Amino acid sequence: MSTYITKRLIYMAVILLAASLLIFCLYALTPGDFISGNIKLTPERKAELREIYGLNKPLLERYATWMNNAFHGNFGYSLAQQRPVLTLFNDYIWNSFLLAAVSTFLTWFIAVVVGVVSAYKQYSWFDTLVLLLIFAAMSLPSFFIGLFLIKVLAVDFKWLPPGGMLTTGSNATGMAYIKEVIHHMALPVIVMTILGVGSLTRYFRTNMIEVIKQDYIRTARAKGLKEGKVLYRHALRNALLPAITLVGFELPALFGGSLIIEKIFNWPGIGQLYMSSFSVRDYPLLMGFTMLIAILTVIGTLISDLLYHLADPRVRLH
Amino acid sequence: MSALLKIEGLSTHFITEEGRIKAVDEVSLRILQGETVCIVGESGCGKSVTAMSVMGLLQGGLGVAIDGRITFQDTDLLSLNKAEIRAIRGHEIAMIFQEPMSSLNPVLTIGEQLIEPMMEHLKLNKKVARERATALIEQVGISRSKQIMNSYPHELSGGMLQRIMIAMAISCGPKLLIADEPTTALDVTIQAQILDMLRQIKEESGMAILLITHDLGVVAEMADYVVVMYAGKIVEEGEVTKLFEDPKHPYTQGLLRSKPVLGQRQEELFSIPGQVPNLLELQPYCYFHDRCEHCMAICRTQEPELGVVGHQQKAACWLYGEVAHHG
Repeated sequence: MSTYITKRLIYMAVILLAASLLIFCLYALTPGDFISGNIKLTPERKAELREIYGLNKPLLERYATWMNNAFHGNFGYSLAQQRPVLTLFNDYIWNSFLLAAVSTFLTWFIAVVVGVVSAYKQYSWFDTLVLLLIFAAMSLPSFFIGLFLIKVLAVDFKWLPPGGMLTTGSNATGMAYIKEVIHHMALPVIVMTILGVGSLTRYFRTNMIEVIKQDYIRTARAKGLKEGKVLYRHALRNALLPAITLVGFELPALFGGSLIIEKIFNWPGIGQLYMSSFSVRDYPLLMGFTMLIAILTVIGTLISDLLYHLADPRVRLH
Repeated sequence: MSALLKIEGLSTHFITEEGRIKAVDEVSLRILQGETVCIVGESGCGKSVTAMSVMGLLQGGLGVAIDGRITFQDTDLLSLNKAEIRAIRGHEIAMIFQEPMSSLNPVLTIGEQLIEPMMEHLKLNKKVARERATALIEQVGISRSKQIMNSYPHELSGGMLQRIMIAMAISCGPKLLIADEPTTALDVTIQAQILDMLRQIKEESGMAILLITHDLGVVAEMADYVVVMYAGKIVEEGEVTKLFEDPKHPYTQGLLRSKPVLGQRQEELFSIPGQVPNLLELQPYCYFHDRCEHCMAICRTQEPELGVVGHQQKAACWLYGEVAHHG
C-alpha cells in the first residue's frame, strides 16, 4: 500500500511538472501582456516596465524563475493588484469554497435520495415527474435560471438579497455576520444546486436500475430480507461505487469557483477574480490559479483511487 | 404422505407491449414431503418462472399476472401479503440459482451474507449466527471455514460459491429447497459433487427439493418424480423410472433420444426438428404439433388435456386421447 502511494506521488510530480510547462507556455505564447494593453504608457515606459518585471528575458529563463519560486511556495505577485498571488487566493477562494461546499452537499444528497427512489419505482408517476424535472434542470442555462430567480425571489418577493456577500455598508460581526452571509448565499446555492442536481440524479438512477436487476439482489430477496435491507444494504453500496470517480472531480470544483454564478450574484469568489485578471492579462495570477486547479485535480484522482480501494474489495492497487 | 407444496392451475403471464406472454399456463403439480421433483424442459419453457412464482419473487412486478393456487403446508402463498411471504421465503422455502458467481453480493463478505437469513428468520444474534455460519460452511464441504467467512465472493471459485449458496439456503432448515439449474454453470466433476451434496443434505434433513434443469442426466440421478414442460405447459409427468423407460409424449421421447449415450458413437446426434413456438403467437392447438412426427389433424385444431396414460404417468397428447377420456 505505501509503495503504491509512493509510486503514485512520483507520477503526480511528473504530471504536475508537465502541466506547469504546458500552462506556462500557453500563457507565454498568448500575444500581448499586462503592459501592452495599457494605452496610456509610452513605448519607452513600456520597455522600462518589461525590464523591471523581467518580461524581456528568454522564455526558458522565465519558466525556470517561475518554477523555482513556485517550489519555494511563492507564486509571484499579481501585477494588477500588487499583492502576492497566494494571499489573493486566500482572500477569495474560501468564499467560492463556501458556495461550492454547500451546493455540492445538497446536490449529492438530493441526487442520491431521489435517484434511488426513482429507480426503485421505475416508470411510476414519481419517476416520470423526476425525469421531467431532470431534463428541465439540465436544459436551463445558468444565466437564465440565475436572473429568473433574482427577478422572482429578490426583486418581486424581496425574500432574498439579489447579490453580494454582505449588505452594502454592513458592519455585522459574530452571529449577525454569519446570518447575513447565509442569507446572501441562499440564492446562488439554490441556482448551483438546480444546475448540478439533474445530471447527478440521472446518474444515480441509472446505476441503481442497473444494480436492482443483478442476480445478487434476487438472492437477497430470496433470503426473505426486508425490502429496505435489500435496497440499502445490498443495492445502494453497489450503485454508489461508480460515483467515486466523480468524487475525484469534485475536489477541483470545490475550489475552482464558478465564473458565471459569481458574476451574476456579484459573489467575491475566485471565479470573479480570475475573470477580472483575464481581461488585464495578469499572468502570474492566471498561471497560479491554473496550476492550483491542476494540483487539486491530481490529488482528487489519487483520493478517488484510494476510496475505490476502501469501498470495493475487488479493486487491488498495484 | 401429504403434499408439502401443491400448485393448482398456476398461470404466470407477462403483459408486454407486444402482447400477453403466457410463460406458465395452467400448470399443476405437487411435491410430497422429502420428495425430489424435477421440472425438465428447454430454455424458455417456463420452468424458472414457475419456481419464481412459488417464491413470490415475481409478484408485484410490472406487467406480471399470476393466477391459480399455490398451497404450501395448507397456506395459500398467493393470498399472503408481502411480510407474510417474506417470512416463508428463505426460511421454509429456500432457493439456489444458476449463476453462483453473480448470485452473491460482490461488496459483502461471505460471512455477512451467510448470517443474514438466520438473523432475519431465526432471530439469532450476530455472534451465534456467525458460529452457525462457520459450521454450515464446513457442512457443505469447505475447509478453512473461518477464513472463508471473511472472504469476498470474487476470491472463491464457482463450485465453492454454489456450496455457499446451498449453505445459505439450508441455514434456516427449509422444508422445500428450490434449485434452479444449480449445476448448469459448473463443470462436470463439480456438478456431481454438488448433486451428491444436495442428496445427502436431503437425506439428513428430510427436506423436499424442486429441481429445475434441462439436463436429463441430472434428472435420472436426482428425481423421484419428473415433470416435463413445453411452452409454458406440462406435457408429461410421471415417476422417474417409468418416464425414462416408457416416455409417452413425443416431446419426452425426443428429449430422451437426443441425449448422447456413453460408448455409442453416432454419426449425428438426434435433435428434435424445428423451434420452440413464440409464446406470443400461441393458439389453442398442441404447441408441439409442428415439431411432432406423429402429428394428426386434431393436433392442429385442439389442445390436448393432461390425462392418465399409465401407472402414475400423465401426458398431454392426442395419441392417448381415448385412454385419457376413460382413464
